[in-house]
Amino acid sequence: MPQKSRRTRLGLVLAGSLVLAACGGGGFEEDTGDGSTAPASAEGPVELQMLIASSGDAETAAVQEAVDAWSEETGNSVTVTVASDMNQQLAQGFASGNPADVFYMDAGRFADYAQNGSLYAYADQLEDNDDFYESLRQAFTYDGTQYCAPKDFSSLALVINTASWEAAGLTEADVPTTWDELTEVAQTLTTDDQAGLGIGIGIDRLGAFVVQNGGWWLNEEATEPTAAIPEVEEALGYVQEQVQAGSFQMSNQLDAGWGGEAFGTERAAMTIEGNWIKGAMSNDYPNVEYIVAELPEGPAGKGTLTFTQCWGIAADSDAQAQAVELVRALTTVDQQMAFAEAFGVMPSRTSAADPYREQFPEDAAFIAGGEYGHGPINAPGMEQVVADLNSKLENFEQANLPTVLSEFDTNAAAALGQ
Amino acid sequence: MAEREVPTSEPPAPRSRSPKGKGNSHNLSGWLFTTPMILGLGLFLFIPILMAIWVSVSDWTGRGSPFSSDVGFVGAENYAALLTEEGLSRQDFMISLRNTFYYVLGVVPVQTMLALFLAVVVNQKFLKGRTFFRTAFYFPSVVSSVAISLVFLYLFTGTGAINRVLASVGIVGPNWLQDPRGVIHIIGDAVGIWSIDSPPAALVETSVMSLSIWEWFRGPSIALSAIMIQVIWTTAGTFMLLFLAALQDLPSEVEEAAMVDGANRWQRFRNVTVPHLRPTILLVITLGIIGTWQVFDQMYVMTQGGPAKTTLTPAYLSYVAAFRQQQWGQGAAMAFILFALIFVLTSLQRWVLRDKDEAARKKGIRAQRRAARKAQRAEASS
Repeated sequence: MPQKSRRTRLGLVLAGSLVLAACGGGGFEEDTGDGSTAPASAEGPVELQMLIASSGDAETAAVQEAVDAWSEETGNSVTVTVASDMNQQLAQGFASGNPADVFYMDAGRFADYAQNGSLYAYADQLEDNDDFYESLRQAFTYDGTQYCAPKDFSSLALVINTASWEAAGLTEADVPTTWDELTEVAQTLTTDDQAGLGIGIGIDRLGAFVVQNGGWWLNEEATEPTAAIPEVEEALGYVQEQVQAGSFQMSNQLDAGWGGEAFGTERAAMTIEGNWIKGAMSNDYPNVEYIVAELPEGPAGKGTLTFTQCWGIAADSDAQAQAVELVRALTTVDQQMAFAEAFGVMPSRTSAADPYREQFPEDAAFIAGGEYGHGPINAPGMEQVVADLNSKLENFEQANLPTVLSEFDTNAAAALGQ
Repeated sequence: MAEREVPTSEPPAPRSRSPKGKGNSHNLSGWLFTTPMILGLGLFLFIPILMAIWVSVSDWTGRGSPFSSDVGFVGAENYAALLTEEGLSRQDFMISLRNTFYYVLGVVPVQTMLALFLAVVVNQKFLKGRTFFRTAFYFPSVVSSVAISLVFLYLFTGTGAINRVLASVGIVGPNWLQDPRGVIHIIGDAVGIWSIDSPPAALVETSVMSLSIWEWFRGPSIALSAIMIQVIWTTAGTFMLLFLAALQDLPSEVEEAAMVDGANRWQRFRNVTVPHLRPTILLVITLGIIGTWQVFDQMYVMTQGGPAKTTLTPAYLSYVAAFRQQQWGQGAAMAFILFALIFVLTSLQRWVLRDKDEAARKKGIRAQRRAARKAQRAEASS
């Protein structure tokens, strides 16, 4: 190939790509108002896109049914898409400037999206917003503004293997309500091939002890790290002591991916898990009988962790008014109860707690967590810092807590300062 | 690929003598044929790369177009966070480079040798069931790496098949994918150089690029080793095919001549087969280095970078930084640093493995030409 023609070809490619890049650049530029502005409202019936991360067919069908009912009533249409990789598909949507109008938004990831302006803050438009649990509203608050309506929630509780419990000679009265009692029953339950309490690794389980001891990783405004305060170290120190004594074991010490697996395979007589354990037990370990109790109180009182998602609405949606209408319909007490029945989530409204307790009395311990639970760390840029903390706590038995916690503070301060 | 030649576009005669009109129509058809490819490459490769370069030097947060007016230019800030600034980003990136370094060091030589061995075995003319073995060895390469990863996920659990086999011969296998202990650490511990539980303070306290020397010399973790075993098993078949093709190219006369000369089997392999395979070995190692530095699927499916970040790789970290942490600039910057690294390493490897005789010959020819030109010039000027 002679030199000249190759150069022309390259030139053509370059020129062509510049033209294309220029087109691409211009198209998406639009000024979208942030949060608290009036909703963008398209005229007439609209077509909404909804992106969900479904736990299975039951959830997909239930959401589809609820959405269909709303569509029929209002004349709008909604397309429900089940994401195979929620993070990726959400990110793609936001980047394209044409995201789904309504989507599941996880509390742990919410702050990053609130910070970059992807989310539309509509919670102030909901008449009965106060009905949602305080801790859940807090989980979706960024910079003093609550952005979205909690969809549902789960919380951690103590799950106890009835057979092991009885074999150890324990009765209903022995269900632990304090750390001391927990220490004691765990010791009683520990045998050669079963640990008293199996705990999933990472701060999504260990954090419950921190809350019970009155500590948290960040200050209340989520502006500064507080992991080096004594409350945090004491709480983790308590668990570590029990792990070293052998009556508590982390799930990775029991060759399990999570607490439920350690519990189901009966390597642990008790575990700390959320209401999702019900599905795992009935599917994978139908022969293990268990009861669920609230987590024992720590020195600072009751405490647990809540996990939640909200109905996010995109800042770039052009039918926000309709989207808010849809969310209203999806978060009524009746609808939340329907979801609870269909796929086992707990309603995020306090007014739905009583009907829920009535219908699912065995979940009383889980739903009680809504009152005193603590949501996940929700400050932007924290994911990497939390991942680092979790990786350092993987070998929990030998973790050097003061060092790990002070490193967390250093990293978190850097992330929050950005 | 952009180099793809269209044979008809070149008149066989020297260009200066070709009739102009004919050359142009040939050129036109050439361009017509290459246009779809150029458009395709431009649209799906060239433009995205340019966009990614921009993202890597911008503060884009992942919302809206990266080319909109509120995205700012931050210069080398994203690169600095990964390379020069003390912090979590650099620490994680260095961990990922360390892990992948050990990974490449383990996988590339073993998979190349295994592939060569397998190719030589199935190339035996008198081997029974040759086709069966060829298919069997190549099979893993055809299966999706995600599916294979899922299977290995079960094989490698603490109570999985691999540990049961080990147990039957009296070995207590590790909990493969949960075990973050580094192989070098374990060996040192076993030999008695150090103890894993209380590593030498000098190594722990000196840190280079956000990682202590003790951490740098961790070696691949047990979890990473498990993934390495899986990858070697999967890719050896692919490269076996390349070797097999090259082996069948080897004229049997050459081998027979060597036999006549009295060379034994090993000598024939060493002095006839391997030299003949040199270009293929070069290719296999190059492809191996590129592929292993970019490893992603296994981490995404099997470990998500855990346990204790020992299976974090640059490609996976880049994905996490962008799609999970919304640090798009850093994610893109990692991709380009990785590109530069692969580029340097493959160039280096090509240089090390170059045919020294051939290189010397070419050098000689070049020197001759230079001398001739010089003489010509001298003649002309005189």
